[in-house]
Amino acid sequence: MKKLIRFTLNGHEVSAEVESHRMLLEVLRNTFHLTGTKEGCGQGECGACTVLVDGLSVDSCLYPAFEVEGKSVTTIEGLVEEGSRLHPIQEAFVEHGGIQCGFCTPGMIMSTKALLDENPHPTDDEIKRGISGNLCRCTGYVQIVESIRKAAEKY
Amino acid sequence: MTQYSFIGTEVPRPDASDKAAGKALYIHDMVLPGMLYGKIKYSEYAHARIKHIDTSRAERLPGVRAVITGYNTPEIRIGFIRDNMPLKKDKVRQFRDEVAAVAAIDPEIAEEAVELIRVEYEELPAVFTPEDALKEGAPIVHETDARGRPKSDNLVPVAWNFVAGDVEKAKQEAAFIAEGRFQTPLIQQSCMGTAGCIAEFDLEGNLTIHTKTQIPFLAQNDFNRALAAIGLKGKNTRVTVPTLGGSFGTGLDTHGYEYIAILLAYKTGRPVKIVLNREEEFTTLSPRQPTETHIIQGCDKEGKLTLREVRMVLDNGAYTSWGATTPSVMMLPISSLYRVPNVLYEAKIVYTNNTYCQAMRGYGNPQAAWALECNLDDLAEKAGMDPFEFRMLNANIPDDTTPMGLNITSCGHEACLKTVADRLNWKQKRGKGRDKARGVGMASLFHVGGSGRVYRSDGTGIIMKLDDFGNVSVITGGIEMGQGFNSALALVSAEALGVTPDKVTVISGDTATCPWDVGTHASRGAFTAGNAAIMAAQKARDKIFRIASEHFMPRVHYKLKKRKKKDPDFEIPDLDYNRICDPSEFELKENVVFLKEEPDNPLLRVSLEEILREAHYREQGSMIISEAFYDPPNQMIDMKTGRGNLSATYIFGTHGAEVEVDRETGKVKILQFVAAHDVGKVINRQTIKGQIYGGMMQGLGYALCEEYKTDKGRNLNPNFLDYKIFSAPDVNFPIHIECIETDDKEGPFGAKGVGEPGLVPVAPAVANAIYDAIGVRIRDLPITPEKILSALKKKQ
Repeated sequence: MKKLIRFTLNGHEVSAEVESHRMLLEVLRNTFHLTGTKEGCGQGECGACTVLVDGLSVDSCLYPAFEVEGKSVTTIEGLVEEGSRLHPIQEAFVEHGGIQCGFCTPGMIMSTKALLDENPHPTDDEIKRGISGNLCRCTGYVQIVESIRKAAEKY
Repeated sequence: MTQYSFIGTEVPRPDASDKAAGKALYIHDMVLPGMLYGKIKYSEYAHARIKHIDTSRAERLPGVRAVITGYNTPEIRIGFIRDNMPLKKDKVRQFRDEVAAVAAIDPEIAEEAVELIRVEYEELPAVFTPEDALKEGAPIVHETDARGRPKSDNLVPVAWNFVAGDVEKAKQEAAFIAEGRFQTPLIQQSCMGTAGCIAEFDLEGNLTIHTKTQIPFLAQNDFNRALAAIGLKGKNTRVTVPTLGGSFGTGLDTHGYEYIAILLAYKTGRPVKIVLNREEEFTTLSPRQPTETHIIQGCDKEGKLTLREVRMVLDNGAYTSWGATTPSVMMLPISSLYRVPNVLYEAKIVYTNNTYCQAMRGYGNPQAAWALECNLDDLAEKAGMDPFEFRMLNANIPDDTTPMGLNITSCGHEACLKTVADRLNWKQKRGKGRDKARGVGMASLFHVGGSGRVYRSDGTGIIMKLDDFGNVSVITGGIEMGQGFNSALALVSAEALGVTPDKVTVISGDTATCPWDVGTHASRGAFTAGNAAIMAAQKARDKIFRIASEHFMPRVHYKLKKRKKKDPDFEIPDLDYNRICDPSEFELKENVVFLKEEPDNPLLRVSLEEILREAHYREQGSMIISEAFYDPPNQMIDMKTGRGNLSATYIFGTHGAEVEVDRETGKVKILQFVAAHDVGKVINRQTIKGQIYGGMMQGLGYALCEEYKTDKGRNLNPNFLDYKIFSAPDVNFPIHIECIETDDKEGPFGAKGVGEPGLVPVAPAVANAIYDAIGVRIRDLPITPEKILSALKKKQ
């Protein structure tokens, strides 16, 4: 079954004709060519596909596309501002070594956004809980946590 | 001490912004016009004869463009000893064996088509442990070798032996001896970005493959052989490497899926993409080799090591990758970690019907360190010595040649040991926490730090190309896979050339445009490419200064005249503006060319870009491009004697852990962790810390939770719920990293390779701390709560 869904994507009204079994991740990557959102496992285990739906972080690989009807979706591309200016969270990850291979980075940053929007001054434990669903194999998380701490200082 | 402008700074990496913005392009993100999607049908048995493959239903499915098997494609032999084929014909030897593949217009159709393929098998008896595989009358995994000669056992014909001194005599003379058996499990590299490629042919029969590899030039060689096998002898492969989502050794071989994409692309005339999903990444990509090690070490009554005997069996799985050479790296710590005169090492690699193994970060060293460093603590205990004092007494020292013929030059081993002991407060804590089940432990590492001559060449090329604006393209054959190679290379290039790092762009990952490199492995990237960059920078500087010799003074005059125009009060000084300077009079620093004699004279400074434009915008001009090829002064290991100075320098490190064990649950809590590494010289403090933190956390996974579980050759945990890697909340203890700078004479600005070492000594450091805490020795990884409880029970 196909259906026309309408939603807000990174601040713009969009629509797409989508089959019922499609997940949000597929629509973002294949229909809207927003490939910044990554598929690491397709099973909601690694968090690489994290995006915000109405401000809450979700695994877009498990989020049915039909469900975004009328909602607002923010992806990693949506954080970049006019003139290719990075969002303060993105900047903090760049400045403080929170990035190595970069594959987990977009999801990690979106989880951070959800965390800081709700709790702008988290403790280290709260930061770690906030990104507990985002796996990273390169960094050992130390510089990611530091990046988030620094981002929070400016938040 | 030399003052550097950029070496040793702590700066963001050049690839970070694109990655933070989601702009970096991984293989998963690439789509080509007309591209088809490939999918592979894998075996349903660990060992079986293929009786019949029926592809007819798959072929009839709308949207399918090709279905291939070993029967309708040419035979291509692949692997380190060519014992593998991309598509299996007569029999399957492991669950992941590829029996057929399809290309279709979308991934769903490809998947559906694969499910329509029917294969009839006749199951064969199989072997799943090296022990069973070596028994008389065991089923034979390969009845013939790659040349068709009959094979009657399951030994991989790659044997590793090393003997120095007389171990038997040393055993008789030793005052103390410790003996033990240690095991390590299969573990998976767990790259966040799964493996994949896109293959396409041009109309001349040349192949372009965009693929996840660490060895683009060796892969080119492999794929050109494949082209010859399919009737395209003389045609060429261009390998390009997109952004890699981690690699950790997975890219050191070419893989079945790459050849299958090539065959499908050839058959259909369209680009074909194969990307593994997470389950396939677990079940069909090669993990790290499991090992079984029998070790004996002995010392004299003062505690000086006198002997070490290591007999090791590796489970190869069903086919042979370059991973079969990991014992050559194991030989390094086994022969040379600590000073020990009598050494015997023997490694057997055995075929089984398990998944075949390949390289992973550390390349055998973590398996060797596990046995060596746990057993060393056992020996210290027998000798009645403190494990730290015992290690100090036997530590490696600078300017020493080991029994294997390794020339140790710079060496910070003692400093690493002391740093860990100090940071852990060793004297106050060791042996004193048993009532609280708390303990401290340490372990060291010895690894190649100046590349490793695994192949006949250990070389790497660099091209430096300067444009009209003072921008520098540093073109390299090396690969960035997340480790920070591009950052290190940019800083070294900037420092060596005399420009600021923002002027440098590292270009890599294309065999058609980049200079040759043997591969990014053995922690060699920054070391080899850094040295090549220094050589290339010197050549570029020579060219720049030659042009400056003629044009510097006229440029100075021109600039002063311009200034006079703006400011009539300015007096042009009386200099000889027609003077031709000697090229040796110049210096270039931070994008400015000036005279060495007068570095602070503000008038005698010309920007590099002005000089560069002088090279181009004139009759009979020239261009500033330089190239260099660096091949380190090291040797291949002589397979007969096991000797050779494998690396141009060696790297040392010590890790220390403080743990608390819950005697009720068997859970291990890390209280603090210290990692001290002799790194030669820090290039970028931010990325080097990232390498050590990351390696350490992979090491903690190896120590405590990671295990690729199998049942009769079939993987049982192909996902991150069941295959546990560390997540952020697991890192709930203080970590201290110390980089000890020994300024290596062969390293670029003194630096040694640090990519792998962070992982190597973690597990034995933790196990030794657990022993200190509760008095039980766990000998097989990972150290799970169940194993601790069972060991505690046995002890009681």
